[in-house]
Amino acid sequence: MKRFIVYTIEIIICFVLQSSLFHYISLAGVMPNLILILVVSIAYMRGRLPGLLVGFFSGLLVDLFYGSIVGLYALMYMLIGYLAGYANKIYSEDDYTLPLLFIGIGDLLYTFFYYVFEFLLRSRLNLPFYFIKFMLPEVIYTIAASVIVYKLLNGINNLLDRKLKQEE
Amino acid sequence: MRRRTKIHINPKYVLFACLAICIGLVILSFRYEERLAPVKSAVGYVITPMQKGINSIGSFISDKLDNLKNISELLEENEQLKEQVNLLSYENKLLRQDKYELNELRELYELDQKYLDYPKVAARIISKDTNNWYTFFTIDKGTRDGLAVDMNVLAGNGLAGIIVEAHYNYSKVRAIIDDKSNVHGMFLKTSDTCIVRGDLELMEQGRIRVEMISKDADIYDGYEVVTSHISPKFLQGILIGYVSDIRLDSSNMTKTAYLTPAVDFEHLEEVLIITELKEQLID
Repeated sequence: MKRFIVYTIEIIICFVLQSSLFHYISLAGVMPNLILILVVSIAYMRGRLPGLLVGFFSGLLVDLFYGSIVGLYALMYMLIGYLAGYANKIYSEDDYTLPLLFIGIGDLLYTFFYYVFEFLLRSRLNLPFYFIKFMLPEVIYTIAASVIVYKLLNGINNLLDRKLKQEE
Repeated sequence: MRRRTKIHINPKYVLFACLAICIGLVILSFRYEERLAPVKSAVGYVITPMQKGINSIGSFISDKLDNLKNISELLEENEQLKEQVNLLSYENKLLRQDKYELNELRELYELDQKYLDYPKVAARIISKDTNNWYTFFTIDKGTRDGLAVDMNVLAGNGLAGIIVEAHYNYSKVRAIIDDKSNVHGMFLKTSDTCIVRGDLELMEQGRIRVEMISKDADIYDGYEVVTSHISPKFLQGILIGYVSDIRLDSSNMTKTAYLTPAVDFEHLEEVLIITELKEQLID
């Protein structure tokens, strides 16, 4: 139950920050994808099922607020959360480099899906342009941001683990 | 003691269930778009106040940072501007005289001042889309303040976009530089119509595309494009921007050009909404 509340708060904070504050720290028109960092981190720390659910609900939130087609973001974040959940098998509490790699791969997947659904289907075929101008900068910036954000999320997760253990 | 009931569900089944929900939602939102509007409104009702708060903190911080950075530049600029003020105030005086004259002439000819007479409402931009690909933004006024879908949004003296969703206390605006935006335009001087289309590839050059100009149109760089009389949603005569790089298409039938919008989308903070809708044709 506690875990559920913490995740809900995390999702809402990430979403609000992403849509309001992050525009001020965007570099060259690109901003880091905080929601993706959250989804991949939780999937990596907790496994497939939490990753899947957090992805689904944060995606749904984005959908309801910004999407023209409800369900698309939820689908993308959910799949990424599920896939990243497989990485939970090699999870270690004080490894801070490996999750960055997963977050990078996750964001690459996300931007690619996004391109396919929203641009390729409207016959915008210039993939190299979109890759260099939007995907690559976003991936790099997201990885850079995740150095801090992941540490924070990992700290919260460890704290929560200890708290729950004490109660038992 | 804590009760612990561990239920083991294979994540695969949850995945399939959620997949089905997602696909269902996609189909649903394609077929019954208007039914989902109340749900969206409810979510917005909770989230919008938070965004407003965070947004004010963000703009406060970035303002402060900018202040520090620019102080030396500003001092220098101040000097130059003072000179300019003197010059301009002189020019202004002359212009005001001209305007007085113009007003009188207008009254004489009983000309309508279309553009100035539309009822307008000011609003503040509180958030932008969560990804880097699109240019939607959210403003802090909604149906409560008399806004509705398809109302035109201005910024400064040009067209900024159109309201695509109006909720109780916020509305969503699609900018004209968005990849999905299409506006019927018209050259002010020659009355040739064209279509102004947003393009992500041109966005960072600060330009958008103008298409479907008649090949006989007698137009040159720097001509003004305004919203056209045949546009179904945009009111007539709002400035969109200025054309450049006019080229004949390979089909030899139409011309294509680029357009620099009159609005600076990079630094957009406040907008004006015309609360009058273009009258629809009803058959």
